[in-house]
Amino acid sequence: MSLPPVPQPSAGSETTTSDAPAAIKVQIQGLNFFYGNHQVLRSISMDVPALQVTALIGPSGCGKTTLLRCMNRMHDLYPGNRYEGAIRVQPDGTDIIAPEVDPIQVRMRFGMVFQKPNPFPKSIFDNIAYGPRIHGLAKDSIELDEIVERSLERAGLWNEVKDRLEQPGTSLSGGQQQRLCIARAIAVGPDVILMDEPCSALDPIATAKVEELISELREQYSIVIVTHSMQQAARVSDRTAYFHLGKLIEVGETKQIFTNPIHRLTEDYITGRFG
Amino acid sequence: MSYERDFTVRPEPYQKQQEGRAHRRGTIDRNFRRLGFLLTLATLGILGILLLNLAMNGLARIDWQFMSSFPSRRAGEAGILSAWVGTLLLMLVTASAAIPFGVAAGIYLEEYASKNRWTDFVEINIANLAGVPSILYGLMALGLFVYQFRFGQSLLAGGLALGCLVLPIVIVATRESLRTIPSSIREAAFALGATKWQAVWHHLLPYSTGGIATGVILAMSRAIGESAPLITIGALTFIAFLPPAPLISHAPFVSGEWLFSPFTALPIQMFNWVSRPGEEFQSNAAAAGLILMVITLSMNAAAILLRRRAQRNITW
Amino acid sequence: MEVSPPPSSRRLDKTVESFMVWVLRAGGWASVLVTFGIVLTLVTESWPFFREVPLIRLFQDTMWTPLFAQPQYGIGALLAGTLVTTGVALLVAIPLGTILAIYLSEFAEPKFRDWVKPMLELLSAVPTVVYGYFALLTLTPILQKIFPDLPQFSMLSAGLIMGVMIVPYVTSLGEDAMRSVPMLLREGAFALGDGKLGVAVRVVFPGAFSGLAAAYVLAISRAVGETMIVAIAAGLQPKMTFNPLESAATVTAFIVQVSLGDLPHGSIGYQSIFAAGAVLFLMTLGFNLAGHVLRKRFHRAT
Repeated sequence: MSLPPVPQPSAGSETTTSDAPAAIKVQIQGLNFFYGNHQVLRSISMDVPALQVTALIGPSGCGKTTLLRCMNRMHDLYPGNRYEGAIRVQPDGTDIIAPEVDPIQVRMRFGMVFQKPNPFPKSIFDNIAYGPRIHGLAKDSIELDEIVERSLERAGLWNEVKDRLEQPGTSLSGGQQQRLCIARAIAVGPDVILMDEPCSALDPIATAKVEELISELREQYSIVIVTHSMQQAARVSDRTAYFHLGKLIEVGETKQIFTNPIHRLTEDYITGRFG
Repeated sequence: MSYERDFTVRPEPYQKQQEGRAHRRGTIDRNFRRLGFLLTLATLGILGILLLNLAMNGLARIDWQFMSSFPSRRAGEAGILSAWVGTLLLMLVTASAAIPFGVAAGIYLEEYASKNRWTDFVEINIANLAGVPSILYGLMALGLFVYQFRFGQSLLAGGLALGCLVLPIVIVATRESLRTIPSSIREAAFALGATKWQAVWHHLLPYSTGGIATGVILAMSRAIGESAPLITIGALTFIAFLPPAPLISHAPFVSGEWLFSPFTALPIQMFNWVSRPGEEFQSNAAAAGLILMVITLSMNAAAILLRRRAQRNITW
Repeated sequence: MEVSPPPSSRRLDKTVESFMVWVLRAGGWASVLVTFGIVLTLVTESWPFFREVPLIRLFQDTMWTPLFAQPQYGIGALLAGTLVTTGVALLVAIPLGTILAIYLSEFAEPKFRDWVKPMLELLSAVPTVVYGYFALLTLTPILQKIFPDLPQFSMLSAGLIMGVMIVPYVTSLGEDAMRSVPMLLREGAFALGDGKLGVAVRVVFPGAFSGLAAAYVLAISRAVGETMIVAIAAGLQPKMTFNPLESAATVTAFIVQVSLGDLPHGSIGYQSIFAAGAVLFLMTLGFNLAGHVLRKRFHRAT
């Protein structure tokens, strides 16, 4: 069984990953998550390194999306959900799932990109400016313009849309919409970007663009990406975590997980025996 | 043809029999299609006949004198001034009661309330309210607004009665409109750190204004045509004066005095004329009815067009 | 946390948030208060009536004349009027509404349907006083050519027009119900060689039955509660009769008739309309709840 080739990380990140262990951005410690009486995540402990891409993979219903949504307290929106354990974000070590922590503060530090592009039916400019506006991140309109431009630039969309910022975000193509959503998340100034199968609704060309963008964003953001596609995990991520039935089975360097998995379940999954 | 069947011999080749049956089915289908089409036209035709009938009997009566005169014992001199002013002011009260409460209730039930027995109860309650006969709203208004709250047989009591009557329409329209917004839009707002109210105010409400406006127009059109609740609270049929003006010449320039004024309204005026013998009064009734029909039908048409446009413009 | 002390704007957000929750909740309460207001008024204002008039008289007496010197309280006389006018209306609305629903859902072109359905719904938007006018002054004279003895006010004329008014309830809800029957079921029957009408009657109709039943029940509730058409065209005299060719008052028409007169607060006449209203409320409540349950069941099933 041949595996997809693992992309060689750039020289810089190669040294970070092999010489000194990367700085840790998020520590997940003994995380249990319950939906009502149903336990969805079982004592998950893992570290998310700073300025790297961490992929969460596993069969449907394994809890990978649930874990992702724990990290920006998305589960708080629905009744009957309960967290146990801790998710500490560095450098300050705040436990972001502690009840006294304001989920809105958490969501400002953890941006999120969804499965289907979901731009607001507002102009491209207003899509990006929305987050900064509600959080009062810009002193005046000049500063706001700057934030919008910078965010679109980082999302690689500026050149495509700079002449039509007043057009609705929904008028863009699917791939552009998804990059718009990435720009929208960036505009709030998060440290971590959570991506929930960001390419599942995109065609291969748009997917390639988003993947390219992800590897650029790694220089400034820590990224956690849930993906169904093992090839995608192999292509974009530095580290990969494999989940099965709500448990973390194995986490490690992507190269190692795909070439030399320790656990039998991981091997079965990545060789396509089930999934 | 004999109905006794000889099972030893097939009366005709099987194939042919099947074809015959298929042919018969085709004929039945065609005939039903024709019947359905004709009945549809006939039913719509009633609407046309209604309008035509009113126009034939009443159109000649509609002129400036008719619009600007008070009711009178002489049919030829009577007009609908107090009636249309009354309807207008009633609608002002109705809208300002039903829209804020209805939209708020819709938002609360759709976005805030958690699913439990209480919300189930509220749900059933609204479904029932939407079907409560309008005259019972009149009885409530009579007992509660007119006598308990001492509003009297006033515009305020009547407008509030109609407001309660159309409240379910506004609630249901708001909820349905919010329901068409996919949850991914809500999550997008929350993921950016919006509070619930910010998500509602910045996103959900603006994206559902089309649907809510449609519901509000339908609600108002329903209220304009209602007469039973107004009769019950004792709206008078013979009002030869106008309520005090809402705007006055001295500070604070607005006055609520009109709210407590007795009133009449278009449908009440029409009812009064219908129940009087004599063709002249009946053509007054037709004229008032024509005006009522034109108002309600064009409001409904506007609602239909608005709904179409809202559906076409937003694709999630 | 780095951004730990919430900025002042954040504190303001929280205040706005909790304030708005209260405002919105108040809106939710409004609908409950309206129901409460209706029930409370009907109970308290009709209480003296029911204290004075033993329940048994409602069923023993054969006439409804609460305003007479020797009053009779046979509510049956009013119920008969309601029953007959509703019956006539349903004889129009259920067959016609159902046929239109089948036609629009199974036969008509989607484009045609999209135009016709809202236009049909206009029929239920016509002010009922206009329908009353039409029944009394246009339909009754026509009917009098067929039934020469028909009085000026008749339950037949009012009932027929009321039937037209509630056709859209049956058609609209019924068509929604039939269209949400899954295509798969239809295909199964078509594959067996059934014709369109056969499929509609044998597969779609039973499949959508609880949805259609909800439409019927809600139409009944409408007809029972309709006021102006019957008050104008069916007559205002309570009469114990089941003949649609006669005139008789319904429960609703009685309330109108009393309201039109001078009505001192607290008189027996005043109380009697609340008693009639309470009976009306209970009837429509039953139909509305049944309709709600049927609709819910149908939505869960599809």
